[in-house]
Amino acid sequence: MLQPLLVFLIAGWSGFLVMSIELLSGRILAPYFGNSIYVWGGVIAVFMLALSVGYLVGGRWSLREPSLRRLAALLIVGASATAPVIFVADPLLDWLFDRIQDPRYGSLASATLLFFAPTVLAGAVSPYAVRLLVNRSEQSGHRAGLLYFVSTFGSAAGTILTSFYLVLHFEIDHILAGLIGISLLIGLLALSLGYFGHAPKQ
Amino acid sequence: MRPSNKLNALLALFASFATAPSAAMTTVHTEKSLYRNILVYEEDGQRCMSFTRRNQTARQTCRSLADPDQFVFTYTRMMMGALYLNPHPREILIVGLGGGVLPTALVKMFPDTRIDVVEIDPAVVKVARQFFGFNPDRRVEVFEEDGRVFVKRAGKSGRRYDLIMLDAFDHEYIPEHLLTQEFLSEAKTLLTADGVLAANTFSTSRLYHHESTTYQAVFGSFYNLRVALKNRIILIKIDGLPPLDTIKANAAALEEKLKPLGFGGDWLLPLFSTERDWSPDARILTDQYSPSNLLNAAD
Repeated sequence: MLQPLLVFLIAGWSGFLVMSIELLSGRILAPYFGNSIYVWGGVIAVFMLALSVGYLVGGRWSLREPSLRRLAALLIVGASATAPVIFVADPLLDWLFDRIQDPRYGSLASATLLFFAPTVLAGAVSPYAVRLLVNRSEQSGHRAGLLYFVSTFGSAAGTILTSFYLVLHFEIDHILAGLIGISLLIGLLALSLGYFGHAPKQ
Repeated sequence: MRPSNKLNALLALFASFATAPSAAMTTVHTEKSLYRNILVYEEDGQRCMSFTRRNQTARQTCRSLADPDQFVFTYTRMMMGALYLNPHPREILIVGLGGGVLPTALVKMFPDTRIDVVEIDPAVVKVARQFFGFNPDRRVEVFEEDGRVFVKRAGKSGRRYDLIMLDAFDHEYIPEHLLTQEFLSEAKTLLTADGVLAANTFSTSRLYHHESTTYQAVFGSFYNLRVALKNRIILIKIDGLPPLDTIKANAAALEEKLKPLGFGGDWLLPLFSTERDWSPDARILTDQYSPSNLLNAAD
């Protein structure tokens, strides 16, 4: 009983994480490439592309010995891959600013280098989670629907909370650190339960 | 009613339209741009540009149809107060075009001055040219891009200006990356050794305090020009704020040049204040913390 709950928690939180970071990425890029409509276009395109690749990869990975532990590891690695944004974003963006004149390609390149990898891993969570929730093929639609609900609901929550409240009280880097911290907590919790709990039936 | 009476009544009716045109707002032009809806309309003998339909407080620019040179808005008049700090700028940067009132007036006043204008919205540039007589000659160059990107690049390429005018905000939406400590520092590096910066800012919300402490953190003290419940203009000189006597002397020298704009020192000088009427512990806005729109929505 605990295992499906944790799977849903990871999927929902991963949805929260992606949208929160996407919103902040616009903020992180603005000092270098501005706030024009095409800067947002670049950011959104990169996130969508990364998610699409993530779905592909996550589905593939779910074929071989799927487990809660591995799903937890996915969240931990994905969140950790966000950490460089805190430390290297400014020098990296400055470096790109000097090399790319057109803000469209500047924002595209920046978003790719900073956010593509963590977003692929976040995208991989959903199909992997579906695999852990489905035992019989006739429940697959129902379970997948529930999973999409939880993950997209998490995305909506991440969007609203970040843009309405978090930016009013915290610095961008502090929000990022908080997101990573919570991800690690959830990941470690699932990891330990994955060790002591039962492995899912094949 | 005799026919002549009828005619008189009709004439009176026409006359009432002619003398009280406020009842009749005519739409001259509407345009959907990438960023907003632009509305050009005529009312009370003025042609105005607005970004929000029928919202008087959101007027961007107005020109008097009878006397197009005259400055209709108090905030543009206060922006010209920058000239009291440096009476003859030769290189000027203006961020935010609107109807082009400021650059149009400045090139007329100073024949040897060059102006760079940065405007993010190409549609605003088009409307300014078409409907607000913004016809810049070779001395004015318009860059259609984000102000922050322009300023950062200009700073790296070593460009310098005697006067920078920041006018990129409207009442509805603030580009938050143009209101941070880092942006102001970048703008500061663009100023010549005795450069002047004028900024059109907000005065009616919580944002007022945050903006004040942010400008103070970057530039130190500044002249604060306020008209009740309207815009607040910040005037800065980076080699130190000139005393009021110097301001008055410059004002006297500029009196003739400002006359066609419809105001002078007797209106503008009393607004010069160095009083710090904001709460000094308001959090400074940075690239890390800049919820300007949320703060502007709060009282």
